[in-house]
Amino acid sequence: MTIAAIDRAPSVPTELVRGRGGGGPAPKRIVVAFGFWIFILSDMIMFSALFAAHAVLRGNTAGGPTGAELFNLRNVFIETMCLLLSSYTCGLGALSAERRQPARFLIFAAFTFVLGAAFLFIEATEFARMVEIGAGPSHSGFLSAFFTLVGMHGLHVTSGLIALVYLVAQVIAKGLRAPVLRRLLCWSLFWHALDIVWVGVFTLVYLMGAS
Amino acid sequence: MDGDHLFEDRTPGVEEYEPTANYLTYTVGLGLAILATIASFVVAQTNLLWPPGIPVGLIVLALAQIGVHLVFFLHLGSGPDSTNNILALAFGVLIVFLVITGSVWIIANLNSNMMPMPVQ
Repeated sequence: MTIAAIDRAPSVPTELVRGRGGGGPAPKRIVVAFGFWIFILSDMIMFSALFAAHAVLRGNTAGGPTGAELFNLRNVFIETMCLLLSSYTCGLGALSAERRQPARFLIFAAFTFVLGAAFLFIEATEFARMVEIGAGPSHSGFLSAFFTLVGMHGLHVTSGLIALVYLVAQVIAKGLRAPVLRRLLCWSLFWHALDIVWVGVFTLVYLMGAS
Repeated sequence: MDGDHLFEDRTPGVEEYEPTANYLTYTVGLGLAILATIASFVVAQTNLLWPPGIPVGLIVLALAQIGVHLVFFLHLGSGPDSTNNILALAFGVLIVFLVITGSVWIIANLNSNMMPMPVQ
């Protein structure tokens, strides 16, 4: 991008081009979201280590059950839809909050919570079933890696749900003020990022592990 | 007032209302993500694709869905406000790529150089 290219941008003087320091500091909302984005990316890097461990250990089943024998893809599909829809309602909730519509925000937050909790419930049931038939995390390298990766994602969803309750309490107690809105923005970034991690989990762990 | 608006934008600490998305954005994103998800599950469980190519197909669909999430849900666009976020994302993707392919490569190499082990 040359200076000439910036100059050609219609009706915006060069010294006002945002993201290039034009016109002074960015609004606090942008800066806060950027900081939280850095945190999310560091979280992704932690997940990438777990994905790598799973990729390395996926064949080491110690003669025990493989993914193809353990996974129930119908349940995984329902889990995926729960998380995707909760990401959608989370986005709509963030939009309602931005437009200062508290009642609508609370409805969407409730949907988000219920869908996230449904996801966790299905996952916990699956884990319990696997441990019951003797395919717990201590059985093989493959299962250790599986439980660590999927369990870590589940822990993130759990902490997200706890944070959502805390934020809804803030919205009820303080209203949709600017600091509360910024926290909501960060939370919705977190929730959408968890859905991105889940895309990797259901593709690499479940779909590729089951075939 | 239109000209002033540009200057107001830059005032630190001012929380201006700046619509980044609307209901349509999220709904289109949801539709595309559902399509990619269903396609993934269908491809994995049928022989629609040439069987040895199924993992590649799944990875392509996953990358497409991640792209949909980034654009429609996280609103990473080509706008100036996204420039820093995109650069950070590019660095994150580089690190993720190095960690995953590096681990798989090193361990595969180690595995193929192992002494044959007696079966226990």
